[in-house]
Amino acid sequence: MKEARWSKWALTIYFALFVIFLYGSMIVMGVLSFNGPQGGISFPLMGASFQWWRALWDETVPLSKAAQIAPAGLRSIYLGLVTGAVTGILALTLSLAFRRRFRLDGLLFFLVLLALMTPGFLLSLGNSFFWDTLGTLPSMWKTALGTNVVWALPFGFLVMIAVWNRYEDAVEEAARGLGANARKTFREVTLPLIWTGLFACFLFGFTLSWNEYDRTALVIASGEATLPTQIFAFTVGSVIQPDLYALGTATTAVTLLVVLLGIVFAAIRIRRRGAAVALETQAKEELGEVTGTEDRVGVDLHGR
Amino acid sequence: MRQDDDASHDRRPRGSDPGEILLDGESLLGLSPDKRPTTTVFQHFALFPHKSVLDNVEFGLKMHGIDRDTRREQAVETLEMVGLKELSDRKPRALSGGQQQRVALARVLVTKPKALLLDEPLGDLDRLLQLRMRVELRNLQRQLGLMFIHVTHNQEESLSIADRIVVMNDARIQQIGDPLTISTRPANELVATFMGDNNLIRGKIVERDGARMVVDNGHVKASCVASRDERQAGEAASVSVRAAAVSLLDTADGDDEVNRAQCEVVFVEYLGDLIKLHLSAAGERMIAKVPGDLYAELRGKEGSALQVAWKEADVQLLTG
Repeated sequence: MKEARWSKWALTIYFALFVIFLYGSMIVMGVLSFNGPQGGISFPLMGASFQWWRALWDETVPLSKAAQIAPAGLRSIYLGLVTGAVTGILALTLSLAFRRRFRLDGLLFFLVLLALMTPGFLLSLGNSFFWDTLGTLPSMWKTALGTNVVWALPFGFLVMIAVWNRYEDAVEEAARGLGANARKTFREVTLPLIWTGLFACFLFGFTLSWNEYDRTALVIASGEATLPTQIFAFTVGSVIQPDLYALGTATTAVTLLVVLLGIVFAAIRIRRRGAAVALETQAKEELGEVTGTEDRVGVDLHGR
Repeated sequence: MRQDDDASHDRRPRGSDPGEILLDGESLLGLSPDKRPTTTVFQHFALFPHKSVLDNVEFGLKMHGIDRDTRREQAVETLEMVGLKELSDRKPRALSGGQQQRVALARVLVTKPKALLLDEPLGDLDRLLQLRMRVELRNLQRQLGLMFIHVTHNQEESLSIADRIVVMNDARIQQIGDPLTISTRPANELVATFMGDNNLIRGKIVERDGARMVVDNGHVKASCVASRDERQAGEAASVSVRAAAVSLLDTADGDDEVNRAQCEVVFVEYLGDLIKLHLSAAGERMIAKVPGDLYAELRGKEGSALQVAWKEADVQLLTG
């Protein structure tokens, strides 16, 4: 008993340290973003204020970077949304091929996942050379979008593979047998059953693009900075103030919000299953109590 | 499973012999699954988990372009028939196995197919429910006058609900017959073994006297009448005798050894109505099914000797 209490405490401390290790930098950043107007980018705190947060959107705050933050933020949102959408569509179509075996499918599988292992900066560099050779100038909607999708696609692909693993193919066969053609089967049966997976692909695409520096930096036009590339530009091109902490905390918050959205969706889906009801009915049926089945069979037997 | 999947998306079954599958005189071979006048009930039901019970049942009619009011009416009617009208708003997950089975049935029956393929439809249910559902299935089939093709590995199930049984092995038909024939007159060793509780006597023909022959496996002799069989004395032959046709003999008079055997009791298996006696006739395994009321007498008789006999009419000559 004594030993159990001791190990419980030890594990609690270990867990706390682990959480600090994971989130410490983020928490420090969050705390320092509320530093006083005279405060700097390290401890000690010089009072507390919302000044650095206000500087994110209010240009009248001295040395405010609001003029660059707002357009970069918007561009990041747009790029993230489109990356998410394209990732969803490509991950779906790609994963459809893997519902059956085909020649060299194992090789292709690893080829798709290669983008996940390629160092980000090299991917960016390679892409910029590639498009340069073809004479395409770096731009957000051409080169940057492409590189972001290449990065997000393996994640979306893995999500969809997991979705198909849990999917019962027989429901499609049943739909075909009941007179639905391939297109109607997809719309009426397949899509409603996998759309949460598709949505997860979209969220993945969005957050990965939203946070991406390496794979955007070299393939975007100079006047089109996204939030991550803009933040990097701030750190090298201007005085570093706690407003960068506020910005970092804000972008992290957006990511967390998106993840939270995903979790809420999953929770709603699970709740809808009504597993408890099924168990209850099963128990009743085993006792022969459900909706007069026994009687009906009996009557039919004697009627014949 | 993988092969099943492929075949269902294919227009023609792959690797099959040339030939036709005709239904009401029309070939089904060129038709994609959605155009065939047949439907399937799957072992795992394959209900649409995102649709309510009512929407599941309506699905086929919707796909055939039937208007909303008509299809709702027909769906409700069919749900009433299977006794699930009250649960029509539930999702399949909120139903028990037996109820899901009935929804799967209603879903295909409402489209009034010309033939219904049931692929181990009772396989996912527990035993008591299986017994109940097979009676329901049979009654439903009689009410509707619809052709059911019921695929099962359960011998008892096939005997209990079929008009005609096709015993298949390795994609080849072994025997076609009504339940009585399949049960009492197995065509070959494979059917005799598969249907179970048959005594197989593999040996040589030792006597051939017109239509009558005697087969001896060295320990047990059995005679049967086989006028159409060409085999002569000395040739190999096997016969089967149903366990239920084997009865106990009171006296141990051993004059005529044909169609009787001196056995040692190996195990007395009490099954309630019946007792299954596991016997050994000089090392040759035999089974006899005798009335359950003999249990008081037979209990604990393992190791003792007894004599069993059967009628010539119950001996079935097997081919191949």
